[in-house]
Amino acid sequence: MTVEHGATLPPRPPGAGALARLASSMAQPILGRIARRVAARHASLFARLGAHQNTDYVIDPVELPFALHLRPDPQALLFRAVPRDALPAAGATIRGRFLMLLELLDAEVDGDAAFFSRDLEITGDTEAVVRLRNALDDVDGSIAEEAAAMFGPPGRAILGHLRRKYSDDAMPRGE
Amino acid sequence: MSLAELICPAGTPAALRTAVDAGADAVYCGFQDATNARNFPGLNFTPEELEEAVAYAHARGAKVLLALNTYPPAGKVDLWRQAADSGARFGVDAFIVADMGVADYIARNHPGVRLHLSVQAAASSPEAIRYYAQHFGVKRVVLPRILTIPEIRKIRQEIPCEIETFIFGNHGLMVEGRCSLTNYLTGQSTNMDGVCSPASEVEYIRDEATGTMSSCLGGFTIDRFGPEEKAGYPTICKGRYTAPHRPEGYYAFEEPVSLNLSRLLPDLIGAGVHAFKIEGRQRSKAYVRSVVSAFRRAVDDIRAGRAANIEDLVALTEGQKQTQGAFETKKWR
Repeated sequence: MTVEHGATLPPRPPGAGALARLASSMAQPILGRIARRVAARHASLFARLGAHQNTDYVIDPVELPFALHLRPDPQALLFRAVPRDALPAAGATIRGRFLMLLELLDAEVDGDAAFFSRDLEITGDTEAVVRLRNALDDVDGSIAEEAAAMFGPPGRAILGHLRRKYSDDAMPRGE
Repeated sequence: MSLAELICPAGTPAALRTAVDAGADAVYCGFQDATNARNFPGLNFTPEELEEAVAYAHARGAKVLLALNTYPPAGKVDLWRQAADSGARFGVDAFIVADMGVADYIARNHPGVRLHLSVQAAASSPEAIRYYAQHFGVKRVVLPRILTIPEIRKIRQEIPCEIETFIFGNHGLMVEGRCSLTNYLTGQSTNMDGVCSPASEVEYIRDEATGTMSSCLGGFTIDRFGPEEKAGYPTICKGRYTAPHRPEGYYAFEEPVSLNLSRLLPDLIGAGVHAFKIEGRQRSKAYVRSVVSAFRRAVDDIRAGRAANIEDLVALTEGQKQTQGAFETKKWR
């Protein structure tokens, strides 16, 4: 099956104001737990990051009302939701649809192919992005499923729902 | 019929396991240094990882080929010698080399390990290939992607070693091992540092107003993609340039397109090709899993006398375009 994706990403939602701040604050405890668990279970990925353990990555899922800020320093790991009007100065920015980013995280989608199709945009320090991609790609298993499992059956159900929705959205047009 | 071994890429230990599990006959990989031509940030193997990877592959009947396919700068050969010594100690099945000094060192010090001649050596004539076979005991040559199938058949009849050809991935047509385009713009060498378009020199600039994306290397814009255009790698050879006679911009050397020889596999086997190589050590596990699985099934079908049914792999290709290149005709553009 050939899956056609849009050649360009939709415009960013505002991601600012009261709604974005509320959504960010609600997501924060969950993100913190996920980051700590992944770092503890996959400590070897930090070696592939090299000096970019101190890089500030902004991961911008275009459908969400906020972006994500990652600084993968094993000594002071930072992974937080941030309204788009309060983003830090980014060393590198990675932008795409949320579920595609999730599939990239789990090596279900090839990053170069997503870049060729223009579903993935990167700006800033390209080496930082390449290092992060290669570090995550060397992780066995599914980080998304590990994260979902932390929240029991509801977590797995939400992940399953998101994946089905992504699969439906990615069906070839005209069928 | 040749064995039609499937030679698959691995940039990380996880990718190597993925390739082996997907049916690779052999996996090629490199260390985290300038001894191989994919010396990219965060990619490749530590010595400890390579040792574990060899054990994993051998336990499942797959081989590991270690790429030492760059050229040591004058006076800096120790890194290549140490890499060869480590590879031999870990039990790799072959070294993929380009430099004659590296080939000679391995031939003298590790005569029990096969030598394969990298595409980086750009050996495309029977005379050149015979030289490497006779002087260093090279057992296999990886041919440049510039030959037609009749030309490959003729070469096979005139050389004493096996032939490996690329069948999928990067459609690199520059004279490999002699391309200095990256060096020209960045000061870093594809052939000695193992970096073609080093990521540290790459920048993508998006114009929010128009939706265009500029691809820059070393501060030079080498392509600009419209909002609906598919993108390619930021390599100079696949850049789009303006010239007095082409003010609209054009691909002066090559286009962003990938090689896909899935339909030519029977012809390649008939021409005496011993092994099929999938390019892409810099690609993800997702790429490795999809491409290796598809070609595993295809090769098995052909070996069994069935028509091969190759899955559509265009979504994984550069620029989302594919070609059979010179293998089909030298007029492929």
